[in-house]
Amino acid sequence: MNLDFSPEDLAFRDEVRAFIAAHYPDSLRGKQDEGEELSKEDFLAWHRVLAAKGWVNPAWPTSEGGPGWTSTQRYIWGEECAAADTIGVMPFGINMVGPVIYTFGTPEQKQRFLPETLNGDIWWCQGYSEPGAGSDLASLKTKAERFTDPADGKDYYLVNGQKTWTTMAQYADWIFCLVRTDPNAKIQEGISFLLINMKTPGITVRPIITLGGEHEVNEVWLENVKVPVENRIYDENKGWTCAKFLLAHERSGIAGVARSKRGIERIRQMATTELGDDGQTLLQDPAFKRKVAELEIDLTALEYTELRTLAAESAGKGPGPESSVLKIKGTEVQQRVTELALEAAGHYGAPYFRGFPTDGDNMRPIGPDYAHRTAPSYFNVRKTSIYGGSNEIQRNIIAKMVLGL
Amino acid sequence: MDFNFTEEQSMLRDTLASFLQDKYSFDTRRASVKSASGWRADYWKAFAEELGILGAPFSEDLGGLGGSAIENMIVMEECGKALVIEPYLGTVVIGGGFLKYSGHASATDLIGGIIGGEIITAFAYAEPQGRYNLADLKTTAKKDGSGYVLNGHKAVVLGAPWATHLVVTARTGGSQREASGVSVFLVDKASAGIVTRDYPTVDGQRASEVYFENVSIPADALIGVEGAGLPLIEKVVDEAIAAICAEGVGAMRRMHENTLEYARQRKQFGAAIATFQVLQHRMVDMFINVEQSLSMTYMATLKLDESAHDRAKAVSAAKVQIGRSAKFVGQAAIQIHGGMGMTDELAVGHYFKRATMIEGQFGSVDHHLRRYEHLSIDAAA
Repeated sequence: MNLDFSPEDLAFRDEVRAFIAAHYPDSLRGKQDEGEELSKEDFLAWHRVLAAKGWVNPAWPTSEGGPGWTSTQRYIWGEECAAADTIGVMPFGINMVGPVIYTFGTPEQKQRFLPETLNGDIWWCQGYSEPGAGSDLASLKTKAERFTDPADGKDYYLVNGQKTWTTMAQYADWIFCLVRTDPNAKIQEGISFLLINMKTPGITVRPIITLGGEHEVNEVWLENVKVPVENRIYDENKGWTCAKFLLAHERSGIAGVARSKRGIERIRQMATTELGDDGQTLLQDPAFKRKVAELEIDLTALEYTELRTLAAESAGKGPGPESSVLKIKGTEVQQRVTELALEAAGHYGAPYFRGFPTDGDNMRPIGPDYAHRTAPSYFNVRKTSIYGGSNEIQRNIIAKMVLGL
Repeated sequence: MDFNFTEEQSMLRDTLASFLQDKYSFDTRRASVKSASGWRADYWKAFAEELGILGAPFSEDLGGLGGSAIENMIVMEECGKALVIEPYLGTVVIGGGFLKYSGHASATDLIGGIIGGEIITAFAYAEPQGRYNLADLKTTAKKDGSGYVLNGHKAVVLGAPWATHLVVTARTGGSQREASGVSVFLVDKASAGIVTRDYPTVDGQRASEVYFENVSIPADALIGVEGAGLPLIEKVVDEAIAAICAEGVGAMRRMHENTLEYARQRKQFGAAIATFQVLQHRMVDMFINVEQSLSMTYMATLKLDESAHDRAKAVSAAKVQIGRSAKFVGQAAIQIHGGMGMTDELAVGHYFKRATMIEGQFGSVDHHLRRYEHLSIDAAA
């Protein structure tokens, strides 16, 4: 047992810190800190810098083009990115479908999709949830019927159904979908994993506007969408195996420790500027100070739980059902961070800045900049205890898989 | 001991509820929020003329219906259930409240203007530096001839874009956070030197930053006693807090109802999610929170006319309860609705946003806990 980084780890930290300082795009500086909404170009700008360096996919094995970092190095990388307030890398290609493809795909599929996924030429979105299949994902109904097209003699799936909560589908080039290929099998056994080009005729994307006014998620309608059979990953009706594998990957990293640390740092900064009822800074207010302290302690417990998980992982144990602990506590801490930020903003948490009519004197500021997105952020991160398997589902997983109840 | 409403009070509730049921659908409200003006001036006229509710809490000799704070509670609870954005709080509860107690020579006329719907007031009290301290004022009113000259900046003045008049708190003396030297003025919003920047709020209302730049106001703009306005401000703000507690109860009630309805019809794993015990208990806790909040709202409303000490203690206690419950009920409602709760399409998210703003309005849970501790524990020590 020891908590120190090795000299190699410290040298690695210096290297990545210097790289971020030198290469993080100027156009993105401050955007994460201000909580600005990011465009596709914003995401791709950083993605491409990392891809060129070979660092966009820290968790991939070297055999698949990953940098070969240890779990400690990956942890340091996350810390340094958060400390520098970099934007994230879209997870759908790198953390989700990429590992599915290199684990379950054919050599042809790997060649077709992985290079473009890495360099950012394919923007992926995830076609999992449906209106009737959320927590109960396996009950999904989108169907894919196999047929041979007489025109070219090739086999295709005809896909019909609706996906929902599809994050950033408005930008996507491809979608990876769970579809039902055998309606008569037990519900988890008739599912296949398909890759579908978003330009295929019959696909319609409709925006869903969320509480803070954001357009992050969409409905994706599939009407007689023709998908070549070679776009299926792994065996027909074995898609649930890919889905379970992917869910485990989706959960790793969901603790968001480094981001929450940065969030608390921002709250501390706000609270040194904001004044309390007595004219002292808010950070001198015993009640507020205590809440910040409690949150930091909660986050520290989470951090060391994550470090233990990482250590187990580097000893060859893959992310198991214990990662549900990270998801539950990680999202609770993230949500608490936004609650405290909104509280610190005081009256100026109320103004709403999205495309509002600019009546009156536009030169007058409406409160401090740091207050502007506190309420929308608070509303927005309520999603984190719902998505990726709701926290109720995560508790069921722990009860069943960890505690054996 | 009697928690029953009079026949007149029940009628007031039914009249307003049925108007809102007919005319204030979620879609109608959404259209108002997105419109250029952000509200329905015709509804305000209907409140005044058709429903007569703007006179609900005023005595008959002021031209009102002879009611009191209980009438405000009834109206505000219904407003909470329908997420009403029109400024009953700022105008009737606060503007009317100040005038009612002011002894102002024109109080009856001005209240008549409020009851008739011609005078709409917004409460310009908060300042960028002051958080929830009502006496933390940098805005000044300097004596100038027979009148005053106002200078200062008021933050997030709710309903200001629709207001004809502003109720302004300002220093006529004393230092920044001193209890004495605070005065209240009723200022015509069209006065020269008032600069505003208007904007929407996250809960669908409108507000303004209001700047006073050498605004000359007449002597009779003063409401109450010069330099001794703080007790009056505290009284009216306590009445406003009781009113938003009622609004919060209305919003929480709807979130709870919507959640039960959703959980009964939403099926996962072959069953309605309402049958899952973990969600049942959460919905029971929501119910307990709504009931406790209603009890505290009654308690605070019924104690508004007691001594300043007892009134303040009751109101702060209620605000702590409502602040905590609004957070619990709102977060649980979103969580149980799942992804649907996150959408702009469903009403539940809009109730959540309003409930969240009520948490902080006129003081956070921490602020009111501190006030309660001071009044209940420190005072007894």
